[in-house]
Amino acid sequence: MSEKTILKFSDETAAIATKIVARYPEGRHKSALIPLLHLAQAEFDGWLSVPAMDCVAEFLSIQPIEAYEVASFYSMFNLKPVGKCTLEVCRTSSCWLSGAEDIVRHLEKKLGIKEGQTTADGMFTLKTVECLGSCGTAPMLQCGGDYYENLTLEKTDKLVDSLRAEGKARVYTNDNPVNID
Amino acid sequence: MGKKILLANDHIEGIRFLDTYRKHGGYASLEKALKSMTPEQIVEEVKTSGLRGRGGAGFPTGMKWSFLAKPEGVPRYVVCNADESEPGTFKDRYLMERIPHLLIEGMILSSYALGAKTSYIYIRGEYFYVARILEQAIDEAYAAGLLGKNILNSGFDLDLYVQIGAGAYICGEETALLESLEGKRGNPRIKPPFPAIAGLYGCPTVVNNVETIAAVVPIVNEGGAAYAAIGVGNSKGTKLISASGHINKPGVYEIELGVPVEEFIYSDEYCGGIRNGKKLKAVVAGGSSVPILPTELILNTAAGEPRLMSYESLGDGGFATGTMLGSGGFIVMDEDTSIVKNLYTFARFYHHESCGQCSPCREGTGWMEKILHKILHGHGTLADVDLLWDIQSKIEGKTICPLGEAAAWPVAAAIRHFRKEFEDFIRNGEHVNDVKHYYRLNNLTALIN
Ligand SMILES: Cc1cc2nc3c(=O)[nH]c(=O)nc-3n(C[C@H](O)[C@H](O)[C@H](O)COP(=O)(O)O)c2cc1C
Ligand code: FES
Repeated sequence: MSEKTILKFSDETAAIATKIVARYPEGRHKSALIPLLHLAQAEFDGWLSVPAMDCVAEFLSIQPIEAYEVASFYSMFNLKPVGKCTLEVCRTSSCWLSGAEDIVRHLEKKLGIKEGQTTADGMFTLKTVECLGSCGTAPMLQCGGDYYENLTLEKTDKLVDSLRAEGKARVYTNDNPVNID
Repeated sequence: MGKKILLANDHIEGIRFLDTYRKHGGYASLEKALKSMTPEQIVEEVKTSGLRGRGGAGFPTGMKWSFLAKPEGVPRYVVCNADESEPGTFKDRYLMERIPHLLIEGMILSSYALGAKTSYIYIRGEYFYVARILEQAIDEAYAAGLLGKNILNSGFDLDLYVQIGAGAYICGEETALLESLEGKRGNPRIKPPFPAIAGLYGCPTVVNNVETIAAVVPIVNEGGAAYAAIGVGNSKGTKLISASGHINKPGVYEIELGVPVEEFIYSDEYCGGIRNGKKLKAVVAGGSSVPILPTELILNTAAGEPRLMSYESLGDGGFATGTMLGSGGFIVMDEDTSIVKNLYTFARFYHHESCGQCSPCREGTGWMEKILHKILHGHGTLADVDLLWDIQSKIEGKTICPLGEAAAWPVAAAIRHFRKEFEDFIRNGEHVNDVKHYYRLNNLTALIN
């Protein structure tokens, strides 16, 4: 790349970001950094490229390094490209006791990738993550903002098939429906 | 029947919404407080109630509140800790997604009591949809004049915001949380100064767990003395327990503190016994950080008394034979469970979550994970058990924040109570209790490779 890529928030996202910045006292706008990095990740293909982080830094008038050092600390920020749907399977104790490994194995076979990898068609990334507060409904996985709980191999199959059929990216956005039973 | 205070109405349809919440007595506490109580009176009621922090440490809430500095002209903040990342704990999520207004009412009451005009709920990023539920509820509260300027014509103003994190267990530690809320990496601060003196933006701040804040609502409504009449000893009131693992009925249960552990595990009102008719092997009673106890020590104390679900009874015997109530993350393991492999998932967790500031924690958690990984691979030696013991003993007390202890205690307790199982595992290269686990071990080994 010879020229530096410059990314900018859409007007819609910029309006949300401006509202977030207003939550903090005068001069404390840096508090908006994490929420804005989430916005950037959702807007720019599910991961934080350097230009995406620069966009946030510019918006908040902070040094780019302040955005990089925060982005690299938190596990929800992807610093590398990911598939349209990231399947994040919990691997901690209660999930493990309830068969989380079997789910991971099964997904690896079904998707033809190893944990941490992305399918060739760019549809799925498979990750294992630490306890997501769903231990009573273990095993579970998260995709975008949604929790899929009490998983069985069949349920996992169905989920993957329906996500594939949908073909849409799943990110954390305010458009996610809130559906609890 | 146990007494339910926080979750008395959790199954009412629509309780998530303001109308229904109010129809069932919601915001009566706030009206009472704003009409007839001074902030100091609320602090007094909370002191009288004997409420202890429900985030894990169990520090008396009233006392914490009375430490809050009140310099002239400096804003004060109330921050709710909704980071809930301690493995085995999911009660705050349940409370927030079912009855978000209970937390919001508690936040308004606490902010009024402590003189905060802006308050934040810091919620873990993975609970994104829960944050949306809270935000919708907050919008309802603003529209009804329960938040914003001149709340219920009392002259009290409050703005309440939800702040989302981005995946870091350490941000549940209160000073790391404040750093994160300031837009930084979640590195815990050196204390003192405590947040009560210099917290958010250097201003006096109270950080409390979701359940603690929610409990302020019934305390104001019924009075501190009524709350203190529930429970046992210095364990007052009720506690939300997140029950998971090999039980028939995993879920969130509100218990009156003092219920016998045996009743909690076996009665149909709670966990409903061990799944598939198996026998109980061990319990982690208060979230991954607290010491694991084998059946005989979790059901009864070393002195032979029935063990109760309370701060004192679970702590009876110290770490030699006891444990802690912690966050109330109650993980049950049946007879087929490999303690070694369960411990590996904990060790991996703490290594992953160490912020990396302090060498004993950063390096020690890494070594503990590596050694357990080696044992799981069938390459362990008997000396590794002593090495694990040695490493854990060199983390405790040598770090800025208690994540060090949280990582060390589970290792120490597993070895203390199940040393023979580690040795057998090392000798045989596997957990020999049953075939299913042998199969699983192969899976795990493949996963690691
Ligand atoms: C590593 C670590 C993680 C913690 N995680 C949480 C958490 O997720 N939620 C919480 O309420 N407290 C957590 N705590 C405890 C907080 O530091 C603090 O004690 C608590 O929020 C105070 O509120 P309380 O007095 O109402 O319990 C954690 C502590 C440590 C050391
Ligand atoms: S252990 Fe998997 S959600 Fe808690």
